[in-house]
Amino acid sequence: MISQLTRDERSSAMILCALLTLFGLALGIVGRDDVLGWHGALLAFAGLALLFVVMRGYYDPNPDPDRITKYYDDPTKVGVIVSMMWLVFATFVGDWVAWLLVYPELTFDAGWSSFGRLRPVHTTGVIFGFGGNALIATSFHVLQRTSRARLAGNLSPWVVLIGFNLFCLMAVTGYMLGITASKEYAEPEWYADIFLVVVWVTYFALYIRTLARRQEPHIYVANWYFLAFILVVAILHIVNNLAVPVSLAHAKSYSLFSGVQDAMTQWWYGHNAVAFFLTSGFLGMLYYYLPRRAGRPIFSYRMSIISFWGITFLYMWAGSHHLHYTALPHWVQTLGMTFSIVLVVPSWASAGNALLTLNGAWEKVRDDATLRFMFVAAVFYGLSTFEGSFMAIRPVNSLSHYTDWTVGHVHAGALGWVAMITFGAFYTLVPMLWNRERMYSSRLIEAHFWLALSGTVIYVFAMWNSGIVQGLMWRAYAEDGTLAYSFIDSLNEMIPYYFARAVGGFLFFLGGVIGLYNIWMTTRMPALEDPPVYDLPPVFETEPAE
Amino acid sequence: MLDKHAKLERNAIAFVFAIIFVASIGGIVEIAPLFTIDETVEEVEDMRVYTPLEVAGRNIYIREGCYACHSQMIRTLQDEVERYGPYSLAVESQYDHPMLWGSKRTGPDLARLGEKYSDDWHVAHLINPRDVVPSSVMPSYAWLQRNSLKNEDMDLHLAALRKVGVPYTDEMIENAAQDTYGQARPDSEPADAFLERYGEDSNVRAFDGDPGRLTEMDALVAYLQILGRLTDVAHQQASNSTGGE
Repeated sequence: MISQLTRDERSSAMILCALLTLFGLALGIVGRDDVLGWHGALLAFAGLALLFVVMRGYYDPNPDPDRITKYYDDPTKVGVIVSMMWLVFATFVGDWVAWLLVYPELTFDAGWSSFGRLRPVHTTGVIFGFGGNALIATSFHVLQRTSRARLAGNLSPWVVLIGFNLFCLMAVTGYMLGITASKEYAEPEWYADIFLVVVWVTYFALYIRTLARRQEPHIYVANWYFLAFILVVAILHIVNNLAVPVSLAHAKSYSLFSGVQDAMTQWWYGHNAVAFFLTSGFLGMLYYYLPRRAGRPIFSYRMSIISFWGITFLYMWAGSHHLHYTALPHWVQTLGMTFSIVLVVPSWASAGNALLTLNGAWEKVRDDATLRFMFVAAVFYGLSTFEGSFMAIRPVNSLSHYTDWTVGHVHAGALGWVAMITFGAFYTLVPMLWNRERMYSSRLIEAHFWLALSGTVIYVFAMWNSGIVQGLMWRAYAEDGTLAYSFIDSLNEMIPYYFARAVGGFLFFLGGVIGLYNIWMTTRMPALEDPPVYDLPPVFETEPAE
Repeated sequence: MLDKHAKLERNAIAFVFAIIFVASIGGIVEIAPLFTIDETVEEVEDMRVYTPLEVAGRNIYIREGCYACHSQMIRTLQDEVERYGPYSLAVESQYDHPMLWGSKRTGPDLARLGEKYSDDWHVAHLINPRDVVPSSVMPSYAWLQRNSLKNEDMDLHLAALRKVGVPYTDEMIENAAQDTYGQARPDSEPADAFLERYGEDSNVRAFDGDPGRLTEMDALVAYLQILGRLTDVAHQQASNSTGGE
């Protein structure tokens, strides 16, 4: 990794590591009386460790000068592995908290291990740790191939990747220490939020500068989605996290908005984190890896345009469907419901586009578990976007809201769509990255596929059942006109479903472990003497020697 | 149209601005008016602020992630009103930075929990939920009773809350740490001073059952006991509407 950097770049890297260490030390010193101090120590330690890594390789020979005639894939390689590690960790935590709802005593007598603190560790770990690293890794890969240009920087991809992972580490360790802003999927506190803004600006700058180098006149669809993901997530993140810290020495902050305005801002963020993090970015993945694996071009260019702008415009209106029948003004609820229903059009345009691309290649879907992952992802994408529009209808929402149905819906999207498309993309990508002919074991991909699919189906069915039972029990009246069930009655009915959910989650976790093993073993396979040529090389108009 | 798009696709900067423009419209239309339209939040006179001890308790509620399983938002649905009490009004979370409306009810809604159960019940329930609700799946929070409350910086907390719009007075901010003791130690000098600042109706009790020690349990129970009781307007509105029938 270090050998790919020039001596000058190694010096710059050392300066950055030193700055990170100093920043961590400063944070640790001012926050020494607060939990903030732990995060100062974490950053200082990370800075020192990175500094050590760079120093060890500092006197290595300079890289081959014609490195810039090749794509830069080291950050993608690391990103793929780290993403899978986050998956294993975060689905493990997810399954643990799932068991906690069946056996609440399955824990320690300490704050860090209680459900309330571990649950955001799970959500942040899968969404940002697994999903975010997968997006960063694949976006670097796709961007270079579709632009036929090398990344516009050798150091900045590492700043993005390492910085983002430090943010994720601060987030999950923070929750266990008791640091949280409580906004769902935006729990990290102010200093981590600012840290992420720096990382994100670097990401955007790298992306746009690489696009400026592109040798293809058109920007490919996948990059539209990655761009929307980067830009809109930045807007959402900054607005929703506006807050006043107690002091510079405190991790704790108080959000700028309160009550109804805060609720609207939060769900504008929350729903669009789903849209632009978990949908746009992964559609970018789909639009590149699915046609490549299937060996067929995308079915319709026109559908991809409609879908892209439809999603980018409509999603931003839909957040208020999280607040039906609340103290949020009625007109905002109605707008949210209306736009949520219309959203099914661009969503199905993309799902349909994916499936129609596969039309004519069904024998490949049957034989190739990697392509089947992507096929199932497109199906789940279609299903969960339809379900989402349906649940946004006010009377439906009166039943589904606050119940496990929402949890089931989210997991249909997260397991069925986001994770499946990522596995399909990774199994396509990994042999290309490491110049192998194929993955280490296709039987293990097959095993992963069936574990992931059965885990998802068990999970989602369990939550549909529990959610609807819950919703119906809460609103059931006895003949004498009183409520038929107490709250605890409804909880008692949940236990078998919670058990089934935890089993489904375990199967999914097991699939992830197999995936990580398979990818790891692929990287350990002996390199081929005559590796397959996967890509056209980058194009240079002028001699890069200057 | 397709020709125009083909042009846009060739210009990365134009594409960036197009995305920002298209994506901004929805949020601006839906969120910006909420800050300017008067009807968004009702005006009520008896709305009171959280005391320092309740703020500390609220922060513990946040820290432990209670909002992941408990909502604080009763919807305008008949069964919810009968189960939990009058539906929640916007003004009731006016001083909630951040709001804790929640999104999931693994446990029941807590918007009107205040004074529904005794302090003793809460303490027992938090130490081991299954002692009082045998089939509960709630975690035990026994350590709250063991941890002393960190209260020496409560003035900074109140000052930060004032910056975002909660009307604390200078006096309240200066005495914030002292007032956390006062609220949890009845019949003491700090208690009298606390009552003077926050009104005779405020709860002054040894919430965790031990007036000698200020624990995190004190703070959390104080907060739970004020839920839905910062203003009486929701109850008034509910009784007015039934009285008119």
